[in-house]
Amino acid sequence: MDAATLLSRFPATQDLAGKDMPTFRVAGADLLAAVRFLRDEQGFDLLADLCGAEWPDRPTRFGVVLHLLSTAGKEYVRLHVDAVDDRVPSVAALHPGANWHEREAFDMFGIVFEGHPDPRRILMWDGYPFHPLRKDFPLAGIEVPLPAADVAAVTGQTVEPAPMMGGPFVSPGGKLSEGEPSALDQSWTEQHPKA
Amino acid sequence: MVKSDFGYNSKVEGEVIVTRADAVVNWVRSHSVWPMPMGLACCAIELMASGGSRFDISRFGMEVMRFSPRQADCMIVAGTVTYKMAEVVRRIYDQMAEPKWVVAMGACASTGGMYRSYATLQGVDNIVPVDVYISGCPPRPEALLDGMMLLQEKIRNEGGSLRRTFRGRTVETKIVS
Repeated sequence: MDAATLLSRFPATQDLAGKDMPTFRVAGADLLAAVRFLRDEQGFDLLADLCGAEWPDRPTRFGVVLHLLSTAGKEYVRLHVDAVDDRVPSVAALHPGANWHEREAFDMFGIVFEGHPDPRRILMWDGYPFHPLRKDFPLAGIEVPLPAADVAAVTGQTVEPAPMMGGPFVSPGGKLSEGEPSALDQSWTEQHPKA
Repeated sequence: MVKSDFGYNSKVEGEVIVTRADAVVNWVRSHSVWPMPMGLACCAIELMASGGSRFDISRFGMEVMRFSPRQADCMIVAGTVTYKMAEVVRRIYDQMAEPKWVVAMGACASTGGMYRSYATLQGVDNIVPVDVYISGCPPRPEALLDGMMLLQEKIRNEGGSLRRTFRGRTVETKIVS
């Protein structure tokens, strides 16, 4: 891993001194060129992972983290990209495996990948109004209509919130032990309805 | 007389069994349940094991798994039903011909199980009527077999099996003699 060349060729790049693997913060404008440099000149030929992330206290709230693996050199490199205005260039043209990862990051966080060949949701249905892994999305969910209007008309069912409190794994009247699982977010439960 | 009883009168000559149409219909239905495996998660693995030789669901007359809803009369919902999948489950149920039954196999299909979240339907009984619930995560094949035998017992004791209510209206089966 030639960090010096990466830093000199892309001056906006920042070395984050990763403890487990070389880690860099790359500017969104440099991302495609940096991934291409790592793939073609440094041998990082496998995109091991691409995921969205949210840092609520940073100026750019969303970001994308890429893990690249060199199958010949047997080493990883991690790239952080801040999603300025929730937008990040798509690397699907360089690593086809990024296609579904980027669709998932879009689905869960609302990060728009510019130049993505198929920018649809992948887990939730088309037309779902929220991005559920955002930190302001309640764990229990938000009530919306079922995706199929005819099924909803017959059954009267909606996508209903399912708060953990009062759920099958929570004992009534407080926890029985420290090991009992419960949701950290108890701000919106049956006992404390949303204001 | 219990609904499922048969009467054999040795004083009547020949091989004659006196019974009621309901009992015969129920007996036939209960011993030729054609399940439709609605396998959605890990419960489907146990469902497959039930069909294998070790547990052998065919001992109870329901080994004819049909993947087409038109040829099945018992939907075994085996696994987590997400809201995205809920409409598919309901559509397939609507395509099955009457009479039909639904078995909710496992915690997820019965109540949503451990998936208490924005994405998971909290019990398949919210969208289709369920006849038998089977506990377990996933249930062992023995539990599935026990649930299916419970369903057979339920079918055997159904009253007025020639006349069933379906979505508020009465469906009558006519016997032509």
